[in-house]
Amino acid sequence: MALILELGVQGAQMTLVLLLAPLLTGFVRKVKARLLRRQGPSLIQPYRDLLRLMRKEVVLADNASWLFRVTPYLIFAATWVAAALIPTFATGLTFSWTADLIAIVALLGSARFFLALAGLDVGTSFGGIGASREVMIASLAEPAMLLIVFSLALVAGATQLSTVAAFMGSPQVGLRVSLGMSLIALVMVAIAENARIPVDNPSTHLELTMVHEAMVLEYSGRHLAMIEFAAFLKLLLYMSLISCVFLPWGLVTARAGPGSYVLAVVFYIGKLAVSGTLLALFETAIAKMRVFRVPDFLGAALMLALLGTLLLFVSRSL
Amino acid sequence: MISGAAVLLWSIAALLGTAVLAIAESRRSGSGTHLIYSLTLGISAAVLLVLASRIFDDPVTPSTAALPLGLPWIGAHFRLDALSMFFLVVVNFGGAMASLYGLGYGRHESAPHRVLPFFPAFLAGMNLVVLADDAFTFLLSWEFMSLASWALVMAHHREQDNARAGYIYLVMASFGTLALLLAFGLLSGPGGNYTFEAMRAAAPTPFVATFVLALMLLGAGSKAGLVPLHVWLPLAHPAAPSHVSALMSGVMTKVAIYGFIRVTFDLLGEPAWWSGVAVLFLGGLTAVLGILYALMEKDLKRLLAYSTIENVGVIFVSLGLALAFKANAMPSAAALALTAALFHVLNHSFFKSLLFFGAGAVLTATGERDMEKLGGLIHRMPLTSFAFLVGCVAISALPPFNGFVSEWLAFQAILQSPDLPQWGLKVMVPAVGGLLALSAALAAACFVKAFGITFLGRPRSAAVERAYEVDRYSLAAMFALAALCLFAGILPGLVIDGLSSVTRPLVGSRMPVQMAQAWLSIVPIAASRSSYNGLLVFLFIAFSASAAAYVIHRFASHALRRGPAWGCGFPDVTPSSQYTAVSFAQPIRRVFGTFVFRARETVEMPAPGEIGPSRLNVEMHDVIWEVVYQPIARGIDFATEHLNHLQFLTIRRYLTLVFLFLVALLLVLALWP
Repeated sequence: MALILELGVQGAQMTLVLLLAPLLTGFVRKVKARLLRRQGPSLIQPYRDLLRLMRKEVVLADNASWLFRVTPYLIFAATWVAAALIPTFATGLTFSWTADLIAIVALLGSARFFLALAGLDVGTSFGGIGASREVMIASLAEPAMLLIVFSLALVAGATQLSTVAAFMGSPQVGLRVSLGMSLIALVMVAIAENARIPVDNPSTHLELTMVHEAMVLEYSGRHLAMIEFAAFLKLLLYMSLISCVFLPWGLVTARAGPGSYVLAVVFYIGKLAVSGTLLALFETAIAKMRVFRVPDFLGAALMLALLGTLLLFVSRSL
Repeated sequence: MISGAAVLLWSIAALLGTAVLAIAESRRSGSGTHLIYSLTLGISAAVLLVLASRIFDDPVTPSTAALPLGLPWIGAHFRLDALSMFFLVVVNFGGAMASLYGLGYGRHESAPHRVLPFFPAFLAGMNLVVLADDAFTFLLSWEFMSLASWALVMAHHREQDNARAGYIYLVMASFGTLALLLAFGLLSGPGGNYTFEAMRAAAPTPFVATFVLALMLLGAGSKAGLVPLHVWLPLAHPAAPSHVSALMSGVMTKVAIYGFIRVTFDLLGEPAWWSGVAVLFLGGLTAVLGILYALMEKDLKRLLAYSTIENVGVIFVSLGLALAFKANAMPSAAALALTAALFHVLNHSFFKSLLFFGAGAVLTATGERDMEKLGGLIHRMPLTSFAFLVGCVAISALPPFNGFVSEWLAFQAILQSPDLPQWGLKVMVPAVGGLLALSAALAAACFVKAFGITFLGRPRSAAVERAYEVDRYSLAAMFALAALCLFAGILPGLVIDGLSSVTRPLVGSRMPVQMAQAWLSIVPIAASRSSYNGLLVFLFIAFSASAAAYVIHRFASHALRRGPAWGCGFPDVTPSSQYTAVSFAQPIRRVFGTFVFRARETVEMPAPGEIGPSRLNVEMHDVIWEVVYQPIARGIDFATEHLNHLQFLTIRRYLTLVFLFLVALLLVLALWP
């Protein structure tokens, strides 16, 4: 019985991330539009877009291979699994030990690997430009992310996300310089990974500047729906990650019971709303940077993360 | 019952017999390709079967054998213990796969008589090195292995650059063996105890241990491809036929790592803490530089060879961690780090063999190694491209494949290291952790390029359009390796448990039993700290991908139409407008290459109004070659030129020189403390 309940909570988490992801993107778009004094599309527009795309036929480039057709599902699956492994409203779920934070980062790496390959598959220069820039960004963002994971793991003594969240919620954390550095670095990496301004503009189709959009330019119909959905999920994933590690309040354990689940979900949605608003504010306030400024931006994140880790290594004996 | 070591010796004798048979075959008729590769396949498979029965024994009872060969007062000693057993599995599995591949690939060989005799000899040499139990046998086998592989590198000696590759390989191999010779000389001491048994018993002084470690880094490191001793590797490995390239990259570098582990962990006794720092530093440097070189490369086989250097760096990082933990009496952390290193040894032998086989298949089908002339092969060679894709994902350390597991274990070992007391290690380990993360990310970029430019896109030359799928032996070898990459990735506990008997004698501990964990997870320390379950990750991804595909195809739409790709309104975009290997690497070259390779880009534009092409010139420097090797070469040139007149002296002067030298030697001896 207990097992069924636990599986139920795990399933609820998987469904929750799936249902909330488009809403979050819609919310960020709405807030951005309001900040620019536009009316903006409705909150549920992303759902409508997805449904519309799924119902449309796929127009496939003549020389697209089987890899091009499989990739959207692989990317969606890898991102969904990664998003479902991050504690949203409850920690210690049945399958939370399947992958720790390092493995979650690597799962997103798998998704990116296939997306970059899909960009090269059709053989147009758009795909190439997107893929080559994406791997350049990833080659800096991924090590920064892993060093952030190191810092968190050294503070909490674990790479297991449930343990980290539980530790960060306990009073023994206190204010630490290295955690502050990790938070800033994590936000920078999250911006780059989600192709947000100032690294990439999710709504551009200008050849000189696009990265993510260039890779998926040849996708249409249900394939594009899957890739868009994966992008929504990725944004939700990073926001859940930041809030479960740095705002661990309101998280419950897996056996807490239905009443506290509802409260925890409300808390979680509140956290998403706050971080979504902050993202929209940030994006409105800043301009997109040149592609070759991005390494400086990410290099700063990498150095911050490295400094945080070094501080922890050194301060361990003091 | 006949001992394990004796069985191995018989199989080595059989391999040498095969080599002799191959010489006879090539004299007599044409080629005995099928016969020779069948024999090597059979022998390697038989050895694997013998080893398989004991692989999970813990502890392993070492079996020894002695032959009255070699130096008369020593004889040749052989010993089969847990460490050599593990490396014998790597060697013989690689050998079996290369033989299987060779059954098909060897038929396209233009000069079989230059390959067939040396192939079994090379295998025998590698087996002998791992089995040797005294310094003399070890060095002799090491040289035999080097020379056999040199002969294979020179198989196509008339091709451009191959002779130079062979020459540099020979110089570096002799240099490495010289370093090993001196290392074993120091270890055996003035008494000349050449057996490993005696070396193990005699604990060397810290002073001697320092020299031995440095010499092992030079000797074994040059064979494994540690930066800056790697220069021969990207020249020699690709020059050999592809199945030999696979053996050299996937297996021979591992034999070098075996030599390093045997001496530093087994014979040298307790390590000093700073030995870990040295190995960590070299490993981190090798990993990042190796993969950056690979990213700049446009020759598929050379790219793979440079990636071997990166993987060797990753292995040495784990070994350095294990040394640091061992020196500080943290046996369980040392066992974790050593397991990560050995796991990566096994993984790399799987996926690097697979990738070289794939490159060989491309070479057979198109005659091209240059990625700028390939492209679109996924349509012409669907099976090869699938297997190659698996290898690319595995080597990029992406879950759920095997490469990720060993990287994950290495990261877990790094997270154990804040407890290390020395400041040098405290600062070095996180920095090396960052380098390791950087090299993993760059490896993914590199293999997106390797697969994407070679197999995806549109054909860049006519040769690709005539390409065809390779024979079934080659495919069988590639798919067997691809299956193992997945298998070791989703059931890593099996491998970790198999390694427990290896780590215990070397660092005094083992990782906890993994196959007893619930759902076959791997848990290095405790479930609340870190765990990973490749099987579930694989099943979850497979389930969610197929569920999504099913739901959409069932309820939404499965309509599909083919149309031309978007070309910005230009009709008939030529394939040369695609991204190439060089242009794909351009962003990374601009970020890292300006610093590491002093890369410069210049654009020549035609004058306004003139009709002519504009050109982009990229200038890059191989910094290590220019900073380390060219000065040495210049120094040698200078010395030989100026010592030349010593050749034309009179007999009196020669006698004077001899006399003076004798006096100097006697003086040194008299003054020696």
